[in-house]
Amino acid sequence: MSKGDPAVDALDLARWQFAITTVYHFLFVPITIGLSVVVAGFHTQYLRKRNPEMLRLSKFFGKLFTINFALGLVTGIVQEFQFGMNWSAYSKFVGDIFGAPLAFEALLAFFMESTFLGLWIFGWGRLPEKIHVACIWMVHIGTVLSAYFILAANSFMQHPVGYKYNAATGRAEMTNFVAVLTNKVQLVTFPHVLLASYMCGGAMVMGVGVWLLHKKKATIDRDMYRKAARVGAVVTIVAGLGVAISGDTQGKVMTEVQPMKMAAAEALYTTRDSCAEFSLFTVGSLNGQKEKFAVTVPCLLSFLATGSFNGEVKGVDQLKKELPAQIDAAAQQRGEPLKYVQPADAVFTPNIPLAYWSFRLMIGIGMFAALIGVAVLWLTRKGRFATPRWLVWACIAAPLLPVFGNSFGWIFTETGRQPWLVYGVLTTSSGVSPTVSAATVLTSMVVFTVLYAVLAVVEVKLFLDYTKRGAEPFHEVEQRSDDDTLAFSY
Amino acid sequence: MTLETFWFIVIGVLWTGYLVLEGFDFGVGMLLAVIGRGEDAAETNTRRRLMLTTIGPFWDGNEVWLLTAGGATFAAFPAWYATMFSGFYLALLLVLVSLILRNMGLEYRYKRDSEAWRRGWDLIIMVCSFLPPLLVGVALTNLVHGVPINAAGNFTGNLFTLLNPMSLLGGLTLVAVSLTHGAFYLALKTDGPVREKAASFGDVSGPVAAVLAVVLLVWVNIHTGDAASWIASAIGAIALVVAILANRVRRDGIAFLGTFLAIAGTVATYFLAVFPNVMPSTTDAAYSLTVHNAASSHLTLQIMTGAALVFTPIMLIYTAWTYWVFRKRLTMHVIAPQTDPLAPIDVPAHPAGADEATV
Repeated sequence: MSKGDPAVDALDLARWQFAITTVYHFLFVPITIGLSVVVAGFHTQYLRKRNPEMLRLSKFFGKLFTINFALGLVTGIVQEFQFGMNWSAYSKFVGDIFGAPLAFEALLAFFMESTFLGLWIFGWGRLPEKIHVACIWMVHIGTVLSAYFILAANSFMQHPVGYKYNAATGRAEMTNFVAVLTNKVQLVTFPHVLLASYMCGGAMVMGVGVWLLHKKKATIDRDMYRKAARVGAVVTIVAGLGVAISGDTQGKVMTEVQPMKMAAAEALYTTRDSCAEFSLFTVGSLNGQKEKFAVTVPCLLSFLATGSFNGEVKGVDQLKKELPAQIDAAAQQRGEPLKYVQPADAVFTPNIPLAYWSFRLMIGIGMFAALIGVAVLWLTRKGRFATPRWLVWACIAAPLLPVFGNSFGWIFTETGRQPWLVYGVLTTSSGVSPTVSAATVLTSMVVFTVLYAVLAVVEVKLFLDYTKRGAEPFHEVEQRSDDDTLAFSY
Repeated sequence: MTLETFWFIVIGVLWTGYLVLEGFDFGVGMLLAVIGRGEDAAETNTRRRLMLTTIGPFWDGNEVWLLTAGGATFAAFPAWYATMFSGFYLALLLVLVSLILRNMGLEYRYKRDSEAWRRGWDLIIMVCSFLPPLLVGVALTNLVHGVPINAAGNFTGNLFTLLNPMSLLGGLTLVAVSLTHGAFYLALKTDGPVREKAASFGDVSGPVAAVLAVVLLVWVNIHTGDAASWIASAIGAIALVVAILANRVRRDGIAFLGTFLAIAGTVATYFLAVFPNVMPSTTDAAYSLTVHNAASSHLTLQIMTGAALVFTPIMLIYTAWTYWVFRKRLTMHVIAPQTDPLAPIDVPAHPAGADEATV
């Protein structure tokens, strides 16, 4: 990895581009998943109870949903194409396994989301009501299926299963698709990500609800916004609990399959035989030598990592010594060539400060959103409408907290896997496109970054404008009986 | 038939689906500039809204065909996917940027009642409906034309390698055919002045597209064609001629079906002409990627086949149902006057005396 080697530059740029485009894409995805279920809930509730408020809320949040969906969709196309553009060696090596969930995702999920969203948006007054409501549910099911398949693909990179190396073709080939879809990493990751997405949707509805409740306090609409805020708060809290429980399970699986990631998450350099403490935060140097100030919870890390307060947690220093040989031996046992396992070329630790802080931020800001949810429920209990200034501020921040929590979670899980692209099988440096120049990658990285930044400004502006306006009055949203004008046209 | 051949056909079908479906919405997007012009700004806006509403419920789903073609290539022919996507890098980058901006235009154009806002997005929609068919036409024609590929299966050319005369003709043809296809679609889906203008436009653009398409198809067939690809071309060409004639007598449905089949015939020509290669190498024929050396393992192809056989019919059924639900012709009258979606609304104050519960 000498400096000035053009291949290394292309690699770094390709990694940066992937990080930028993926984090950006995944700001919208969890909101799409989370908001679609709340909108579907409001719409269903209207169908059951004929409560006009529910129809107004479903249309209002439906609008916010479509603004968000549009960006999630288009940035998703970039994701799919990027594997071939920047990571062609990776695509060739694992396409036999990795391509299938992607193709399934397109065939099963993307068609469903896009087609039924079109039906829902343009279907007001044109479709029988029950079928119309079913359309928004189909959108939601599509988003969940999509999450399942793409997470199965990612889980293969975290913990490759259901494949064997074929020496004749020089690539990994699938031996068991069910094993790929039921990877133990997948089984803990999927609920964690799905619930985290529900948290995003819930916090969005809660934040917008409280803000509008505050703004429109003197109007008859305050009952409606209070309901929205409370529904959002409940979703945030319940999903938040689920995120914590699934995250705990995930930590144990992670310790088992990628011990280095757990050690990096804790910046734990020295192995603890038992009762490893969990560090809440640390002030000091992160090379593990100097620790000026730290807040820790005794034995908690042992519990998180192993399920027992006396469990052993291995530290970075020990893992650094053991892992290369272990991974080599495992690869040899599977009959894989060592050219894909390059311990000499790979720095055998992920970026530890990044792992340590992204792990804490993920947990911290996620929990904070749930706490705001509790405050909202408390202050609006039994017909109350209290919106003290601090709560309004907290609720303006609330929609962003779980979204950024998701970002930090992904930054942690993806950088914590380094130097591996497919853990123990393919290093990141071996996966990059061999004939794409650094200048080309730089061009696309700059183009996407600038374009995404501009779109973010437009999107946020529109989002705020629509939020400020609030829900349409009922007579505007009720279904038209005459067929003269369309209920919805561009 | 081997599974490799089957998946080669599936990918051909997916590209056909993408080009016949998104083809018309690209056409409608480009035609905003021509048909979407009224006497004044207000009429121009209503026309454009009418035109965009005809594709409103569909364009999003249409685009998924591209994603599925990409995903299926990744899964069934990883080496093809890797070489094509890394080789056609800058062209794909432009396609992606266009699709992103176009989608934003379609979604955001009506979300604010401002002339400047609309005009900006309209321009973006028009340009970004023109670039993807041009670039996709160039890219697909290069698959037939052949590109420099080395022994390791990597593309060794650059952007200019891709801009050879045959491929440029392929790009222009796809633009012309999409314009005509879009015009016939508008004629089929609207009534009134837009329908008339669209049909008249098709009278002009149809013959131009036909000349370009015939030259392209003959060229491709002479390049690498066989009997089957000649037949596919003949069917495509006849369909295009029938479309043009049908449009002359204002049989909108037949005209649209004609351009639909013309596109299908062209894609079939490409796939038949290049088979069993998927990406022929101009460096050395021995380095060409073929359905055999680029394919996934037998097991992966079997799993994918099972999924495709079960889920494609379901997808086709609900897609067809969407087209059925929104089958009615639209006129200017059904487009409600544009109101500012962001204008403040008067919300009545809460009745006095009901505030006890407030803290």
